Amino acid sequence: MKSATKKFVPVVTAVCLVGVVVLAFCLAGCPPKPQPTPPGPVPGAPTPAKPAPSGEPVKIGAIFSVTGPASPLGDPEKKTVELLVDQINENGGVLGRPLEVIVKDDKSEPTETVLATKDLIEGEEVVAVIGPSRTPTTMAIKDYCQEQEVPLVSCAAGKLITDPVVSYVFAVPQTNALAVQACFDYLDREGIDKVGFIYVANSYGEDGYNNAKAIAAEQGVELVAVETFGGEDTDMTAQLTKIKAANPEAIICWGTNPGPAIVCKNAQTLGIEVPILQSHGVANMKFIELAGDAANGIQLPAGRLIVYDQIAADDPQKEVLDKFAADYKAKYGNPPNTFAGHAYDALWITVKALEQAGEADRAKLRDAIEKTEGFVGTAGIFNYSPEDHNGLTADAFAWVEIVDGAWKLTE
Amino acid sequence: MVGKRVTKIIRIVGLVVFAAVVAAPLLLGSAYLTTSAVLIGIHAIIAVGLGLLMGYAGQVSLGHAAFYGIGAYCSAILTTRFGLPPLAAMAAGILVTGLIAIVLGAPALRLHGHYLAMFTLGLGIIAQIVFNQARGLTGGFSGIASIPRFSIGRFTADTDAEAYLLVLAVLAMVIIMAYNLVNSRPGRALRALHESEIAASTCGVDVARAKLQVFVLSAVLASVAGSLYAHFITFISPDPFGFGFSVELMVMVVVGGARSVWGPVAGAALFTVLAQFLQKAGERIPYVDALDTVLFGVVLVIVVIFLQRGLVSLPDRLGLGADHGQKQGA
Amino acid sequence: MSLVDQLLQYLLTGISVGLVYGLVGLGITIIFNATGIINFAQGEFVMLGGMIAVALVSIGLPLWTAVVLAVVAVMVVALLLERLAIRPLRGASVITLIIATIGASLVLQGGAKLIWGPEAVKLPAFSGETPIRIGGGGINPQRLWVMGVAALGVVGVQLFFKYTLIGKAMRACAINQAAARLAGISAAHMVRLSFAMSAVLAALGGVVLTPVALMQYSQGTHYTLTGFLAAVVGGLGSGLGAVLGGVMLGIVESLSAGFISSGYSKAIALVVALIVLWWRPEGLVRRRRP
Repeated sequence: MKSATKKFVPVVTAVCLVGVVVLAFCLAGCPPKPQPTPPGPVPGAPTPAKPAPSGEPVKIGAIFSVTGPASPLGDPEKKTVELLVDQINENGGVLGRPLEVIVKDDKSEPTETVLATKDLIEGEEVVAVIGPSRTPTTMAIKDYCQEQEVPLVSCAAGKLITDPVVSYVFAVPQTNALAVQACFDYLDREGIDKVGFIYVANSYGEDGYNNAKAIAAEQGVELVAVETFGGEDTDMTAQLTKIKAANPEAIICWGTNPGPAIVCKNAQTLGIEVPILQSHGVANMKFIELAGDAANGIQLPAGRLIVYDQIAADDPQKEVLDKFAADYKAKYGNPPNTFAGHAYDALWITVKALEQAGEADRAKLRDAIEKTEGFVGTAGIFNYSPEDHNGLTADAFAWVEIVDGAWKLTE
Repeated sequence: MVGKRVTKIIRIVGLVVFAAVVAAPLLLGSAYLTTSAVLIGIHAIIAVGLGLLMGYAGQVSLGHAAFYGIGAYCSAILTTRFGLPPLAAMAAGILVTGLIAIVLGAPALRLHGHYLAMFTLGLGIIAQIVFNQARGLTGGFSGIASIPRFSIGRFTADTDAEAYLLVLAVLAMVIIMAYNLVNSRPGRALRALHESEIAASTCGVDVARAKLQVFVLSAVLASVAGSLYAHFITFISPDPFGFGFSVELMVMVVVGGARSVWGPVAGAALFTVLAQFLQKAGERIPYVDALDTVLFGVVLVIVVIFLQRGLVSLPDRLGLGADHGQKQGA
Repeated sequence: MSLVDQLLQYLLTGISVGLVYGLVGLGITIIFNATGIINFAQGEFVMLGGMIAVALVSIGLPLWTAVVLAVVAVMVVALLLERLAIRPLRGASVITLIIATIGASLVLQGGAKLIWGPEAVKLPAFSGETPIRIGGGGINPQRLWVMGVAALGVVGVQLFFKYTLIGKAMRACAINQAAARLAGISAAHMVRLSFAMSAVLAALGGVVLTPVALMQYSQGTHYTLTGFLAAVVGGLGSGLGAVLGGVMLGIVESLSAGFISSGYSKAIALVVALIVLWWRPEGLVRRRRP
């Protein structure tokens, strides 16, 4: 027994050292952060329309998948928020106070999301949370935000987030259901009733497939082959061979970069001639760059953000899209993608609702978000109601074709 | 070399600080700290088991995330679909993982070399695919939501603080059990095993059997931790149960020190604290991300270089250990 | 497509994907033989090869210059890794060394994201993208490059170990370090050489793969894992075994995706691999024990 104590004591000392680190870390986490100095008017620049914000900052939390498998979603989302916060503060902030958005990385993982959310809600005492980027990470905190009565404006497209509706949880992306419907409308127009479906094995692809299964049954379309591929897979030839052998009249692919680009390349190699439809998940220049020549002829439903330069001058979204695309491009060098647009919509809906609510109060903010009407965002025109926390309709999508390595609006 | 009295004072202070740290999440009442502490506890439960496997049986498992996941899914499915009480669901998880561990471990541990590592690696990936694909059972990528909080009889771990107490209690039991095991006859056999398998078997120790027992125990502990996780977060999806987490667990054990019961606990604490700390630091720097990943890697390498026997060897290195620095230079 | 055409296509796909697994597995084997550690950063070498080549092409270097420079750069990274994370740990347990390589892989992965961002990148194809028609299907010419490089790498490594003095010295070290040292072989040199060699193999693989398979900062782990499995199925320690193991995994995966289920194809390939291991614990190729 004595030897056991002997061994035990030094170990306790070791644990203590870790403990000291823990304590140091707790304390480091708590002290008030340096307040962002409210940006005053820049000398020589045109005077801002509104007076410089002052007082305590209004805090909003943001959770995005900045690293991990979903980083192509979370990275542009984070960049968008950083861009917008600067712009908003230059234009008088929110409620006359500076806006502070604390962006947390959930590493594409639900456990990290839960930790980040608790820190934001109870540590930073944010008035609302925007994000997360993915459906599982959103689902992991949905109940918690509802319990704590903190508005959550998600950037993920899963149906489960807003169906059934819970009072504090909203979403901004066009749902997969709407996108799949747009694809099936195309099939209907072309008189196609035999389709091969291939999707990425993650929540986005799975949600797309579940919707397709339901709509296909309704519309009398036969899914002749259904295949999946892993998010890290580098060759989908086997799946496409199987699809080709089933003789579909069109192929629908559901996924986000880079998988769908490889699907297009592999399909070209196999000599697949039938039309290939993609999801709005690849509505970005990166996809065309990756798929190269194989991208030509691909059709997909997409938000108007990628064709902002082609939509009619009197389109209600024109002004918003032009400005956002130009600002984003000026700051980061590349045009914004759909996910950047989600962050734009989520943050602006929250900020506008804050102005409506008149004070940074969670319950009043929730009511104001639910009353959002006719908000022109990047994904479409939002009309929330107590029954609809997604707020978009099928006309949020434009039907787009890739011609000569560029997007072409085909309305 | 430090005087005996000073050492004694340092130890007493150490114990007080230790108690303070354990109680801190409860006293400070921060949901974030309590949640971090619960996760550290859950990770520590698996790490102690894995530490026994690595430190005493000399075997590596690259698939403990699978056992963790199986425990979590058993709890989630049985409580949400079949209305079983959490304790019964946890027991079912223990049974399932125990059986899988026996089936997998029996052939692997009869062979010399790192076959267990390979078999468990395979299991880990297969389990991940099943979690993803068996939609009818696991809910696929959308996962399973609204899992009830853990309860035993009338006690329900509704709040984070109660969940923390629950996890602490389980962890304490696991640590006591591990101590008993290490100091019991089979434990001594295991230690002999680590020194020399041949010597152990000539002394009449059934090497394969002893290893298998430790492996099954460590798998079962991972399953228990998985059940606690599912009832704490109340939502599960396949993401936390992948290969990456198996590797993280291994890192916790080695960084803490595999050949001690407290090592893996210290490793689990350091791992979570460091990851959170770096992330918090990273948030303060705009336009830069993934820096925390880089720093985490750097710290990991530095820690293993300077503390090859893990965190638990730190007091020895500083001359505060029971051996009064006799091991210096070792 | 007729059944024969399909079968042919599955086999072709399986071999071309499997050879990549094998190439990474071969690199893992070389380091394993020299040091006894599983290098968890091996897949990062593949990723870095591809990423650096793309970066160099994008600043205007000709493709072939970029390829050569990328391979050299990855070799330098591997030597640095050995110097900074492996050598200071001389005498530590194997598992501690493995943790060091995990730390290194995090640094490389995080660094790649910092430098090149989260999105996938692509390299122009080496000899056009016009598919070569075979039966009812076809193959991308770049896949032939991948297969060619993998095959050359494997044969080259075998010849190197068999016929050159340094190769023999490395083998001697793998068999018995103490005895090799008595014969005047510097084990430290051999370890460095093993890191350099396996980095070159991996980087070459990454470079030829990027035009068809694209490259992303996070893809290294995937390559490490598949390469490790290939090496294991082949009987850890045998280079030829790693390559055969990789090809076997690739073919089983492709066939089961084609005939059974693409969702479970990787699981099926693994079950087959585990059965092989259980049935032949020494792996596909028996490693000659000294």
